[in-house]
Amino acid sequence: MTEAMLSRVADHLYWMSRYLERGEHTMRLLSVNLNMMLDQKPVEREQRWGKLLDSLSVTMPDGLPLDEYHVIQLLTFDMENPNSIMSCVASARENARHVRELISSEMWEHLNSLYLQVRAADVDAVCRDDPYSFFRDVYVGFLVIQGVTDSTMNHGEGWDFIQAGRYIERANATAHLLDVHHAVLTTPGPDELVERYLDWVGLLKSCTAFEAYCKIHSADVHPRRLLEFLLLNDQFPHSVSFAIGQLETALTAIADATEKRKGIRVNRLAGRLRAMLGYTSVEEIMDGSLRGYLSDVKLQCTQLHTAIHDTYIVYPIESALNA
Amino acid sequence: MTILNSSLQARFARYELGDAYDEMFASHHAPRPHYEALYRRLIELAPDELQQRQRAADLSFLNQGITFTVYGDTQGTERIFPYDLLPRIITGQEWSVIERGLTQRITALNLFLRDVYHDGHILNDKIVPRALVYSCKHYRREMRGVKVPRDIYVSVVGTDLIRMPSGEFVVLEDNLRVPSGVSYMLANRQVMKRVFPRLFADYGVRPVENYGQAPLSTMQALAPPNVLEPTIVLLTPGVYNSAYFEHAFLARQMGIKLVEGRDLLVHDNVVYMRTTAGLQRVDVIYRRIDDDFLDPMAFKSDSVLGVNGLFNAYRAGNVALANAIGTGVADDKAIYAYVPKIIRYYLNEDPILSNVETYLMDDEKHRTYVLANLEKLVVKAVGESGGYSMLVGPHSTAHEQELFRQRIQAFPRNFIAQPTISLSRAPCFIDGMVEARHIDLRPYILYGDRVRIVPGGLTRVALRRGSLVVNSSQGGGSKDTWVLYD
Repeated sequence: MTEAMLSRVADHLYWMSRYLERGEHTMRLLSVNLNMMLDQKPVEREQRWGKLLDSLSVTMPDGLPLDEYHVIQLLTFDMENPNSIMSCVASARENARHVRELISSEMWEHLNSLYLQVRAADVDAVCRDDPYSFFRDVYVGFLVIQGVTDSTMNHGEGWDFIQAGRYIERANATAHLLDVHHAVLTTPGPDELVERYLDWVGLLKSCTAFEAYCKIHSADVHPRRLLEFLLLNDQFPHSVSFAIGQLETALTAIADATEKRKGIRVNRLAGRLRAMLGYTSVEEIMDGSLRGYLSDVKLQCTQLHTAIHDTYIVYPIESALNA
Repeated sequence: MTILNSSLQARFARYELGDAYDEMFASHHAPRPHYEALYRRLIELAPDELQQRQRAADLSFLNQGITFTVYGDTQGTERIFPYDLLPRIITGQEWSVIERGLTQRITALNLFLRDVYHDGHILNDKIVPRALVYSCKHYRREMRGVKVPRDIYVSVVGTDLIRMPSGEFVVLEDNLRVPSGVSYMLANRQVMKRVFPRLFADYGVRPVENYGQAPLSTMQALAPPNVLEPTIVLLTPGVYNSAYFEHAFLARQMGIKLVEGRDLLVHDNVVYMRTTAGLQRVDVIYRRIDDDFLDPMAFKSDSVLGVNGLFNAYRAGNVALANAIGTGVADDKAIYAYVPKIIRYYLNEDPILSNVETYLMDDEKHRTYVLANLEKLVVKAVGESGGYSMLVGPHSTAHEQELFRQRIQAFPRNFIAQPTISLSRAPCFIDGMVEARHIDLRPYILYGDRVRIVPGGLTRVALRRGSLVVNSSQGGGSKDTWVLYD
């Protein structure tokens, strides 16, 4: 008999993982944009900060200027902002605390030390000293947790819920990022324009994809190829297609572990999204509506999240008793 | 010989022998036979070696996350329960008295609980005053006539024993609701074996390691008889509870699920837990939640820790609870005074372990005496535990005594008084020296198919010099307890 997992436990693992992925995403976007600001004309900086906040679905509180100091504060330390690095790490830790017995002690230790590390810092110190080394350390913190998770935890049902949380968050966030930047991908213009090139490189770097892209396509960045790479490539870990593939694998494993036919609906949704990404060409997307396509991806991610929740976490008692 | 003496004197320079029973020394420099090997070892070890071992032990506790949460701290700070390096040693002979005494006591208390919630013979025979029972804070009227599995009300007990100046073990308190601390007993032993392996092996100490299996067998015995492989869970209030570490630790040791109230639900008087694979029926709940919070429909309606409908499922016999509901009536500190009579009434035997002399405040003669002698006595509220609401006369101020005087006069039933007893003292390692500190002993008794007592228990230490309060919430620590083979 397989040991059944408490729904609450599965939920904590799923959200721990989502928050970690979200925190890492916020951190990566912030750090890439801080770097790009150095090459930006002062007049365009505010616009770029605005776009960064849009990609993270965050707004600057009224009355505060859109500048480096306030953006770092908002995205790194602001506990009122649920997507700030501090909020995400604290939420991940809180979820981990409830399942401390199930995760490995190394996972807890590294998550806890990342939490302490971010909590000990503040915006003044980070701006005064060296923001890059601070974010680099935080980035390493996120990577270590992920590595330790994969190498010290049993790859059973609990780990599958962690995978599911990580990849659904990643697929959704990447689709949203591309959506916010749709204009630089679809508006025709001279490709050799430096500003446009910087935007594209920025997008790739936001997904840690620049080097991987160059290995396939060289540094000759072209929006069509870029979109194909970040959306449809099924070998690059930060592409939407790859994330959905991993999500589907995790959900299949969960359905097998729970020996329930009820996983069917969840798996059907995951399979449909995967097929959609697998059988569309980038030309079709560009010729049609890019925004429509990306909205569809995001909508299906939301449906998947709800389906996972309704199937495994909070299901109606009647359906469970009849099964 | 002179070197030995001087190093001996240095390490024991602050060791005082007083009126209290000393566990190690019969008189100055004359260790009792079963402490001799430890004594020799303490003299032989290089000065910094003990300190090194203490550090190794502390680190081990920290790394294992053996901590408790301190209430009133918004950060939810977790602290280590202070651990003293030196073992407390009990001979096989001493233990066999304790073992028989505790078995007798738990047997009688279970019979008492069954009687109180059913026919009330002991009340009709006027052995225990009816009014005293019905006015207990933890008496649960809802339990009248409810049949509990095997008629066993208390399956997990932690009884506090102290040692009188004469060397006799007596019972200070019965903890029949949700006694805690057993995880420290196990953790202390694990650390001890790492820190003093040789000494431990040479001593011939009876093992406590099977504690994972003993409570499991106990719980299995409580399952409804038609269930072959019962599902047992440990119900915790959650991560914010001060004993959460222990709940998680025990669940892991026993190999059962650690659940919170929101993981459980009741449908048609059957308890289920919500798993990713669907609802799974639960047969036995080792609950670490107080009666009041178990079921908002039956008890405290604003409880968010409990399970709606749990009491009905329990009453229907579809789920067993350990301990049963309403057991607090038997560990009320006023009922405690009647336990020797309870033992004689049901078992027709003399108590093997005595009680501490106890004054009941609703007895006028007793009250007059106590109010005139507050500075000499210990006063306790009857329904509390954990060392809260307590006056230790000799260590109290006139103001505190006045406060208790008023409280006693306002509500006599709520208080008892006892003479201030000098708990026995044992050697502890404190700031590089060996000093004597007051200790008590909490053995754990399990009662399912039969009574099981793990040889050992939690020895709690009042680490502050001269203090008689051993509770962890009040600056207490603990040490490993060795019960020797004969």
